[in-house]
Order: sequence, then C-alpha cells, then structure tokens
Amino acid sequence: MTTTLILVVGALVVLTAVYVSWRAGRLDRLHIRLELAREALDAALVRRAAVCLELAASRILDPATSLVLAAGAHEARTAAGPEERERAESDLSRTLRAVLDQDRFREKLAETPAGPELLEELDAAVAKVVYARRFYNNAVGVTRAAQRRWLARTLRLAGHTEYPDFFEIDDDPPYALAAE
Amino acid sequence: MRIGIVCPYTWDVPGGVQAHIRDLAEALIADGHQVEVIAPAADDAPLPSYVTPAGRAVPVPYNGSVARLAFGFLSAGRVRRWIREGRFDVLHVHEPFVPSLGVLACWAAKGPIVATFHASYQRSRALSVSAPVLQTAVEKITGRIAVSDAARTTLVEHMGGDAVLIPNGVTVSRYAEAEPLPGWDEGEVIGFLGRMDEPRKGLPVLLEAFALLAPVRPGLRLLIAGPGDAAEVLEKVPAEFRDRVGLLGMVSEEDKVRAYHTVDVFCAPNLGGESFGIVLTEAMSAGAAILASDIPAFRRVLDEGQAGALFETGDAASLAREAAALLDDPARRAKLSDEARTAVWKYDWSTVARDVVRVYETVASASGVEEDDRS
Repeated sequence: MTTTLILVVGALVVLTAVYVSWRAGRLDRLHIRLELAREALDAALVRRAAVCLELAASRILDPATSLVLAAGAHEARTAAGPEERERAESDLSRTLRAVLDQDRFREKLAETPAGPELLEELDAAVAKVVYARRFYNNAVGVTRAAQRRWLARTLRLAGHTEYPDFFEIDDDPPYALAAE
Repeated sequence: MRIGIVCPYTWDVPGGVQAHIRDLAEALIADGHQVEVIAPAADDAPLPSYVTPAGRAVPVPYNGSVARLAFGFLSAGRVRRWIREGRFDVLHVHEPFVPSLGVLACWAAKGPIVATFHASYQRSRALSVSAPVLQTAVEKITGRIAVSDAARTTLVEHMGGDAVLIPNGVTVSRYAEAEPLPGWDEGEVIGFLGRMDEPRKGLPVLLEAFALLAPVRPGLRLLIAGPGDAAEVLEKVPAEFRDRVGLLGMVSEEDKVRAYHTVDVFCAPNLGGESFGIVLTEAMSAGAAILASDIPAFRRVLDEGQAGALFETGDAASLAREAAALLDDPARRAKLSDEARTAVWKYDWSTVARDVVRVYETVASASGVEEDDRS
C-alpha cells in the first residue's frame, strides 16, 4: 500500500518537474527570440538614421533639407529613455515624409550620380524598420502572454527578465518609397 | 543567402500557393540567392532542380474541404534531414497552420523562420481547435508576411499578433508578348476579364455603357473572358447588338495573355473590394490601354491616371464617355500603354522578392537555421 502511494507520489513529482521544466524552456526560448527581435529592431533603427545622415551629408540636397534630416537623425540617435526614443524615431519618420514627398524629389535625386544608390539604401532601411518593429511587437505579445500565466508568475520562471514593452512609433514610409 | 522554402501543397497540382512559391524561388535565384524548396511530391515526379520531394501527399478532409497534404513519420524525417543538410540562413514556411510540411518544418527547426500566410477565411473550426497544438510552431516564427489584407485580418483574428503586407507579384515578362486572338482584328474592341456573375467585378456597368456606345460606333465590339452564365449576360444587351459581344468563357492562361493583346481598350469596371488589382497588373504588363473605375486600389496601381484612364465608379455614362475619348485618340492609347509597361515594374516579382529579402535580412542571425533536437 505504502509502496503504491510512494510510487504514485513519485510519478506525480516527476511529471510536475517535467512539465515545469518544459514551460521554463519554452519561456526561455521566447526570451531568446525577443532578444534577437530587439537587436534586429535596434539595428534597423540605427541603420535608418545612418542612411539619413549620409543623405544629409551627400551635398545632393539643398542645405535646409540636409539640416532638417541631419537634426532628425541626430535626435533619434541620441534619445535617452525608451519613451524619448519612440518620440524621436516617430519624428524622424515624419521628417523623412516631409523631405521625400517634396514635388519630384525622387526624380531629382535619381539624376545625381550617388542618388539612385542612396535612394535604394534609404528605401531598404525604411522598410526594414517597419518589418523589424512588427516582428518585435509580435515577440513582445507572445512573451507577455507566457509571462502572465499563473505558473510562470508563481514560480518566477521568467527570472529577472523584465516584462517587455511594445515599441510604438509612427513608421509610415514616405509615399515616394511606398511599393504599393 | 541560403534560403529554404517549405511548400505545403503538392508541387505538380496547380494552385495559388505553389505558383507563388515557384515565382518567388525563381526571382530569388535570378537575384543570386541559393534556394531550396521542399514540397509534397512523389519521388518520380518531374520537378525543377531546386525542389526536393517530401513524399506523396494524401487527400484528407480538412477545414471543410479535401486537401492534399503530407504528414507522418516519412515526411517528418525528410523535412528534418532537409533542414539539417540545407544549412539555411533563413527558413521560409508557407501556410504554417495547414497540417502539412510547414508545421513539420517549424517543429524540426530553430533559428530565423519567416512564414507567409495566403488564405483568408471568416472563421476556421480547425484553427480554433488546433490553436494549442500550433502554439509551439507559432512561437518559433520570427517574421510573418501576409499576401493580402484579408489574409492579414484572418491571422490577427485567429492567432493575434500582426504581419507585414507583401502582395503577390506579377511576372511581367510572361505577359509582354503574344499574338492577338484571331477574328478580332477589325473595328474597335473593348475587353473585360473576370467572373461575369460577380456583381463587384462591375460587368453590368460595362454592358450598360456598351449599349450607349454601340448605336453611334458601328465598329465597336465587346470581348468578354471569364466564367459565368452567358445567357444572363446577353440578356442585358439590346438584341440588335448581341452579335457584337464575344463571350470566350473560361480561357487558358495563354489565351488570356492573347486577349490582353487583342483589345484596343481594356476595361476594369470593378465596383470595389479589390485590395490589389491583379488583373490590372497583368493587363499593364501586356501594355494594354486601360480604362478602370476610380476605386482607391486602381487609382494607386494606375498612378492616379498616368498609366491608365479612370472613370467614375459605377457610372456607365462616364465609362462610355471616357471609352469613346480613348478609342478616338490612338496617340493617347499608345502613351498610356507605355506608361503602364513602366509603372507595372513596381509589381513585378523581382520587386516583390526584394521586399521578401528585406524581411529575411531583418530576421537573419549569425547562427542561421539549425535542427531543433528538443522536439
């Protein structure tokens, strides 16, 4: 009788351990994915600012446009906190729209020697910010859901990882770059 | 990049997803990438060199219809080996929620996984039941692409999260050249392509406009290609003009291209709902002079009227007026045709593939795709 009880309790303990370790492993996987998505988003934002600076420094644009673009990119690069950064990156998107949606801007840029390549790079950088942010926010969504589950909360399966925040910015591309 | 693409449906059975994968793979290869595709197919099926067969698909009832899917130990083993030996930088899975190779690939791999969602449905019993089973697969997908707004909405509603929109491309070169159809070389021809019985395609508007034009333009004829009830269509045309309406019914891909090259004006009178004018981009690739309703999607594709004339949506008088103006002005038709051939490059597969590569580059990591031995 006692042996059976011990066996049953033992089996239960083992099953629980397996289950908990499986959930912990899953959460761990999600954290890795979130971290990768965060790095990709950061890289995309840095890249976009870099291309903006390059365009501003290219002497292709008029000085006023260059200044607006350089200032926007600089703000985005030096923003301190997460909220500050969201604001600065949104501002850079708006600046880009204001600059690129000038009448015949794309055509004029394409006529200069370095223009087509810069346009292509900017186009890619802008699109990748949109992609990276969507993918990051997806990762935040599933990670949040997993962290919120009672098992994860009670047993602190997430360890010291903080509850992730969505990255909310205006990243609408300029009309001149939109593929559709 | 080394890219592994997973196709859920039998390769040699024609279908939208298969065609999408074929066009994407070929555009990527043309761009210098190394591409491998794994698809359900028998070992002796004739396949392009980049396709690996994963075993024969079996017909099973799924989600309200019968689908030919590949699953089971044999397929799972082959997918796993393909992933291990492929050493891909990115794995690109299509329709990962269909119980076929896509799910198996998500199961067997870890690393950068991109998924493309094609289908859209109002409500899926299968999806709601299987959501927990699919959870692991869902969580492994690092980048999601939807091919249409409808597919994106379906995804958001059933699974949560969002996706980036990259619409299907058109292979411009496939439409560029063709012989006009025989028997249509005289007079003036306005063309229509699409389902005749679907009101949103707007055929009744065109028929009404034709009735206005026919008495004053004795050489004008109407060429209509697409499935639907012929008698029902002819009923809407005044009896004396019926012999000037040609109904081709459902046409082959080849005849469709020839039809675009036959008409003097190609008309797309859609009333709305079209998120992306695939018919329009085909006609543009063929260099047809286009007259389309001014719904937002068409305005955008036609560059606000630069690459094709627009008329007021649903207004037969406006259509008739614009069509007459176009038919009387061959120089303008030629100009629209040139503009269309240029503007359509934005929708060519090479452009679409470039956007997909940007998604790959966004999710790619140093370690690439590896076999997941935990599952």
